[in-house]
Amino acid sequence: MLSSWRSIAVPAAVLLLWEFAAAFRFVDLEFISRPSHIMIAAISGLADGSFLYATWQTLEACVFGLTIALVVGVLTGIFLGLSPFAEFISRPSLEGLRSIPSIAFAPLTLLLFGFGLPMEGLIIAYACLWPILITTIAAVRNIEPRLLEIAAALEMSPATRVRKIVIPAMLPRVLVGLRTAAGFALVVSVTVEILINPRGLGYGLIIAQQSLRIDVMYAYLVWLAVIGLIVNALVRLADREVVV
Amino acid sequence: MIRATCRALAAILFTLLVFVVWQAAIDSGLVNRIFVAAPLSAIDVIAERAANGTLWTTTAATAQRLLAGWIAAVGIAMLLGTAVGNSRAAHQYLSPTLEFFRPLPASAVIPVAVLFFGLTTKMSTFVIAFGALWPVLLSAIHGFVSVPRELREVASTLEMGRLRYIFTIAIPSASVDIMAGLRISLSLALILTVVTEMQASLPGLGYELFLAQRTYRSADLYAGLMTLGVFGFLINQALLLTERRLMRWKLA
Repeated sequence: MLSSWRSIAVPAAVLLLWEFAAAFRFVDLEFISRPSHIMIAAISGLADGSFLYATWQTLEACVFGLTIALVVGVLTGIFLGLSPFAEFISRPSLEGLRSIPSIAFAPLTLLLFGFGLPMEGLIIAYACLWPILITTIAAVRNIEPRLLEIAAALEMSPATRVRKIVIPAMLPRVLVGLRTAAGFALVVSVTVEILINPRGLGYGLIIAQQSLRIDVMYAYLVWLAVIGLIVNALVRLADREVVV
Repeated sequence: MIRATCRALAAILFTLLVFVVWQAAIDSGLVNRIFVAAPLSAIDVIAERAANGTLWTTTAATAQRLLAGWIAAVGIAMLLGTAVGNSRAAHQYLSPTLEFFRPLPASAVIPVAVLFFGLTTKMSTFVIAFGALWPVLLSAIHGFVSVPRELREVASTLEMGRLRYIFTIAIPSASVDIMAGLRISLSLALILTVVTEMQASLPGLGYELFLAQRTYRSADLYAGLMTLGVFGFLINQALLLTERRLMRWKLA
């Protein structure tokens, strides 16, 4: 009882102080709005569907990017995991590429694809590729060598070997990489939208700020935190399902 | 020994091969020059920038921005993390609020920061510090909470004060977790540095990239990407080396 009271004490105190300070004009409404106004903005944003549409656009890009990253990452990861030599000689190129922060590709993809889903999805895919690739390589390396020996004894073809032995054995670990990637996807998508791409939650956020709808801006921010919490919870849930 | 040399040679050859194929694709006209620059022309741009000094000034500007934000983040995260990780009351009061902010994408605070600070260096420092804070904070809390029971018991038998416990037992014990957090937060800080430079037209490597795209100079764009790649690689290596040096006692 005590601990639940303590857990809401700080946010409640901040919100109350904020509300009163704003109500009596101790602070500039143009900068920090007012909790009640923010709540009204959030409710009307949810009611007219603009929040949900923006959320859909952002999540669509995340799924698009994650799918590409998963396919490319797992396929490349299996190949590099099974062939240590290939992994070794491509390491400098891959490390060099990986060192470039994902968002630095925004100007390039804009040049190649223009605004819209593909450019954003590809940047997300690039960012999410690395955790998936690295965990896949590690997962393939960690497969019980005896399993591969059995495959050789049974004279399985490489394709059958991958399908029947490698993929089932590495799956739990790859999902750990996917979990990290899912977290990246949301961050990168919102960043790209704030920076250049005129769609989704990030764009809603920056436009609200630029048109001085500060209440709407904070409402977007709160909504984004909620989305982040939901994504986190879903990922955790999926994780538990796999572990059990 | 000979095998190792052969493997290293093969790695170098493969890397060169990547560049040769890339260059050939452009020379043969297979790929449009406007979108994809040849590696040689990108390297030319880098050499030119190194010669006239702009390479060093922009890199220094980015490094300075990155470090200012990252160091602020690490400082705040260590203070908060030590408090929340070692005190039950602080944990109960603060952790729900922290849990709410944690999943918020770091870049989402850019509009708020722009509102308060304008398109200034203060804004970029704030955004970088806010974003890079969470990995360190969370790993520090995790590290402090999971200090082994025996060590806690040693501290209470020796009647150590709280500060002494924190410095002699808790921090060394949590250092592995904290280091992992530091590494993640550094790469996050680099991303946010580039983002804020692009958003606010602040001098640095990120802004150079943006400028190159707006003026359709693809050689500059690829030169910028290469520079950022090398820069990112070097700062990560620097942190890894520091980590290895600091953690030597743990490995031995």
